[in-house]
Amino acid sequence: MSPLKISWKSIWSKPLSSALNIMLIAFGTGILTILLLASKQISDKLENNSKDIDLVVGAKGSPLQLILSSIYYIDFPTGNIPLKEAQELSRSPFVKKAVPLALGDNYNGVRIVGTDSNFVGIYKLKVKEGKFWQSDFETTIGNSVAKNQKLKIGDTFYGAHGLTGSTDVHKSHGYKVIGILAPQGNVTDNLILTNISSVWKMHDPEEEHDHGADTEHHHSKDNEREAPEIQNKEITSLLIQYRSPMSVVMFPRMVNESTNMQAASPAQESTRLFSLIGIGVDTLQWFALLIMLIAAISVFVNLYNSLKERSYDLAIMRTLGASRGKLFLIVIAEGIMLTLAGTIIGIEVGHLALEFIGSNQESSQARLTGMLLLSDEAYLFVAGLAIGIFAAIIPALQAYRSNISKILSKN
Amino acid sequence: MIALNAVSHSYENGHRIGFKDWQVDDGSQWLLLGASGSGKTTLLHILTGILKPQQGSVVIDGTSIYDLSSKYLDQFRGRNIGIIFQRPHLIKSLTIKENLIMAQSFANLPADLSRVQEVLASLGISDKKDAYPNELSQGQLQRVSIARAVINRPTLLIADEPTSSLDDKNAAAVLELLINQSGINQATLIVATHDKRVKDAFTNTYELS
Repeated sequence: MSPLKISWKSIWSKPLSSALNIMLIAFGTGILTILLLASKQISDKLENNSKDIDLVVGAKGSPLQLILSSIYYIDFPTGNIPLKEAQELSRSPFVKKAVPLALGDNYNGVRIVGTDSNFVGIYKLKVKEGKFWQSDFETTIGNSVAKNQKLKIGDTFYGAHGLTGSTDVHKSHGYKVIGILAPQGNVTDNLILTNISSVWKMHDPEEEHDHGADTEHHHSKDNEREAPEIQNKEITSLLIQYRSPMSVVMFPRMVNESTNMQAASPAQESTRLFSLIGIGVDTLQWFALLIMLIAAISVFVNLYNSLKERSYDLAIMRTLGASRGKLFLIVIAEGIMLTLAGTIIGIEVGHLALEFIGSNQESSQARLTGMLLLSDEAYLFVAGLAIGIFAAIIPALQAYRSNISKILSKN
Repeated sequence: MIALNAVSHSYENGHRIGFKDWQVDDGSQWLLLGASGSGKTTLLHILTGILKPQQGSVVIDGTSIYDLSSKYLDQFRGRNIGIIFQRPHLIKSLTIKENLIMAQSFANLPADLSRVQEVLASLGISDKKDAYPNELSQGQLQRVSIARAVINRPTLLIADEPTSSLDDKNAAAVLELLINQSGINQATLIVATHDKRVKDAFTNTYELS
């Protein structure tokens, strides 16, 4: 019978207080795991999705909203901008690449994005099957869309008006899937891409008359005059890649001052957004650490109290031939087993909880997953070990130092 | 077997107690007599390597035990000395069988289930091997503590007031078991007591004044 087995048995002989200790540690570790996974995923997503986009130009309003809607596809667009002005900006010498976006419809919550071939270039997209969209109502869908919506090449589907919900379906035109993207690991996995004129035609009043008073609808009211020319067309926003670092200084100011549009930098806004979330993350982190500390104290009190009852047991073990070192090992192993069990359970629960949170998230673009293992989680194990040692070291030293003659003669 | 040479011990309060020299032969059975407070427990602790005396030496089987390091002294005790306390103190979280295996492993001996079985059978409690200590009666527990003391075939068996908390019938039974077991295991037996019921069973006595 090894000392470890004796510790193990001792834990099982007081299941309630052991369970309480394990739960406390698991709770703290669980929160830390969730924070670790979520903040890692969020910051990765923020970075991946805006990697090659220097600036977004859109209608005036909140710059954060513009970034959220045009880079991350999670908020509503700020409004529309005239295509003519957008095209003038695209030709500016500061601009290397400009990608127009026309948003407004969805299919089962997946956003349908009207854009052109520059979108492919800026996100470095590749098709897994089929080809990129060309003519009207042809779509190339993201990898996750194909998987989640069970769409394959040749399928047709109807877009619904707005960014979520499927009450207001555009029945006049169906989209056809002609290509599926290879997995990109960014927001394009969850988009349906088509050309801009498909989005315009979808909303052409000649063919559709039943739009309600829908504030999410940002498409041109000018279209009602049935003017197909470029002058009256509108798009949602323009993604811009700079030609040179000089543009960083000049271009946004030019847009903001000389046009009726606004320019927002994804990098700046993402940082701002992350620093806003960061406060919450920090608070939760301290909270979790506090819980871990309380757990450590609880394990300590538990071991310390049980040591008083067990001092006679331990003395008897010495008379049976156990060395001081063995007693030390028995007590410290008990603490470490408790905290390690708590840590392992906590990490597992953290992963499951985040997966559960992710599966309940509405927006597929910002979905979090618990099925991800980070190397940082090794630190949680180390922390669990350290807490176990911290909580058990004093009782273990007492067991090591105890004067067995005194303990035995008291009884 | 045992040689006690010029041993004396001082208590923390300064009270000093000297023990007269004592030679114990192999396989002999001794009674250690003395009133409460006369130093019985102290002498037993000195004999078993639990309490190092200020002066004198204790030699068991040719080994001067207080010259051993703490670790080897613990191991020597585990292998060669079986101790029975006034009250049976078993580890509550372990079954009877596990308590005995623990005693084997602490003495760095391999777990020997047939030996466990044999000892429990000789004490008439083999049906209790999977029970936990709190499921047993006081008399049964005292038998288990005898089993634990003899499990490693010690050369020296020491009992500290083994009968004082038992009624006449159980006291007689425990005493018989002790004498029996020391015979079976060829162990030297020392029983410390102030219990008059025990006296008649022994011819050798060491009296504390």
